[in-house]
Amino acid sequence: MSLLDISELKKSFRTPDGTVQTVVDIPQFALGEKQQIALRGESGSGKTTFLNLIAGILKPDSGKIKVAGREVSLLSESERDRFRAENIGYIFQTFNLLQGYTALENVLVGMKFGSGVNRDFATTLLKRVGLSDKINHLPRQLSTGQQQRVAVARALANRPKLVLADEPTGNLDAKNSREALQLIREACAENGAALLLVSHDQTVLSQFDSVLSLSELNRATTANLL
Amino acid sequence: MSLLRIVFKSLRQHLLSTCITAFSIALAAGLLMSVWVVREQSRRSFTQMDSGFDAVVGIRSSQLQLVMNAIFHLENSPGNIEVEDYEKIKAEPGVALAVPIALGDNFKGYRIVGTIPEMFTHNEYAPGKKYKTAEGRLFDPELREAVVGSFVAQKLNLKVGDEFEPYHGLDFDEDHAHDETYVIVGVLEPSNTPADRLIWIPVEGLQFMSGHREESHEELSAVLVKFRSPLAGKTLQMKYNQPDGHLTMAWPIGAIVAQLFDKISWFDRILEMLAYLVAVVATGSILASIYNSMNERRREIAIMRALGARRSTIFSSVVLESASIAAIGVVVGFSIYLLITTTAAQFIRAQTGMVIDPMEFHNVMLFGPIGIVLAAALAGVIPAMKAYNTDVAQNLVPVS
Repeated sequence: MSLLDISELKKSFRTPDGTVQTVVDIPQFALGEKQQIALRGESGSGKTTFLNLIAGILKPDSGKIKVAGREVSLLSESERDRFRAENIGYIFQTFNLLQGYTALENVLVGMKFGSGVNRDFATTLLKRVGLSDKINHLPRQLSTGQQQRVAVARALANRPKLVLADEPTGNLDAKNSREALQLIREACAENGAALLLVSHDQTVLSQFDSVLSLSELNRATTANLL
Repeated sequence: MSLLRIVFKSLRQHLLSTCITAFSIALAAGLLMSVWVVREQSRRSFTQMDSGFDAVVGIRSSQLQLVMNAIFHLENSPGNIEVEDYEKIKAEPGVALAVPIALGDNFKGYRIVGTIPEMFTHNEYAPGKKYKTAEGRLFDPELREAVVGSFVAQKLNLKVGDEFEPYHGLDFDEDHAHDETYVIVGVLEPSNTPADRLIWIPVEGLQFMSGHREESHEELSAVLVKFRSPLAGKTLQMKYNQPDGHLTMAWPIGAIVAQLFDKISWFDRILEMLAYLVAVVATGSILASIYNSMNERRREIAIMRALGARRSTIFSSVVLESASIAAIGVVVGFSIYLLITTTAAQFIRAQTGMVIDPMEFHNVMLFGPIGIVLAAALAGVIPAMKAYNTDVAQNLVPVS
């Protein structure tokens, strides 16, 4: 049984000139438990919208998104918020750390909205990503590579079944990029989480056994390109 | 990581605006409580203060002026009455005690009051309380002796055995010293009444002070009267307050003072309105500061929402933040309240001898702060709605 099942997923936005533009039109997509898949997504391929739909941040116009057996698109907004907090970890290209919070507090905030605050586990996660001596540092006191490590720890804070990573190495240099990717993959595997990563970086994509092209999956991209 | 902790983080992140808005709330709360407490306590103190007497009899004039002059020693004397008038009043069957007072001199700005020993031996200025000497004894009516109030003794550093020369008039002018020298034989215990600010000498001493007119030998400023019953008050009031009479009986003292407060109540209302206005402006400043910071907070709100925070959680945190700023403000407001009321109390004590107690509990100390915090929470609803409606996807990362 798949952890993530998507069928006939559509999402459109109204552009400033009033026309409706379909950004996501994916007939079928599936991801197994603990599976790690990379999606090749160029700019404008609708990758962020796609991940936001899976995470329940956006509501689809039509279609089905099933995560761990639950139909996300049928949930109310507050149910989606709760479901996201408990089941989905999200790693962003820009890390999206809370600037006034220490590394530990960033992880704890993630827990607060999900499974509940567990300071020991948060510390363990930060140790796992190599930040045992930086847990009380604010994001501005950390390097970009270290900030991404905090983001990885935070994404795993609620022991999610699925981790979504949107260009997670986009802001890192080659060395940090390699290390971060390895860390994300290892940490997900250790915590039993499946990983869906989108990137346009060939070096990143080459690390995965399973790489799909979002442009091919997403009929909207094809149509827009035409 | 509780909601309060998240609110605290936000307050710290916006420390400058938090401090400024909290201080404006502190000013509002302090001002509101001060105006209320000073007004209530001063009204109560003044209307209940009668120095133990029921009425004042003086020359035909305003009853309020008589009371302010003879009881509170604040106004100028409207004129003098004859000793003969005093004897008549004293002989009235309904009068339990009649004490004459003579005014017109001062020592370094503190009024010298001529009176008889019965003021101290027969009069209770409050139930069960008589003016007593903390040091020394009462003056001998035959000698040039004085008893000083506690506040005067403290301010002028006077003690038993000290001598002084009275000065003519109620305002101090060092060129107008009388020739007589009085010796202080007693210092009164504090009574928290206008008596604390007075210097008491025998009534004849004032009547016969060198430089006073010859007529003053047979004159008094007023007579303080205690009735045997309220009915006697009614009867004597009708008798003395005649259109063609030369005397005025001010009775009852409390009601006359209350009239004064009613007359100046417009001033109270202006102060009160001012305090409310400051509270409204301060609450508005919280609204404005949080609302204006919403643009920079959008990303943070979007991150929290992406982490699973519900809209209602974000809404609550903003409302709580607004209420917290007000709560910090009202706590500081109590310090401002103490500063204002302590200063006001010192001023009122120095001017009137009446005591305002800043530590006395008043309902406004409970309902004022609660009202301000609730108003701030209500004001927080507007930025909270903005936070509530923050578009997560748009503010998280650019849609590709």
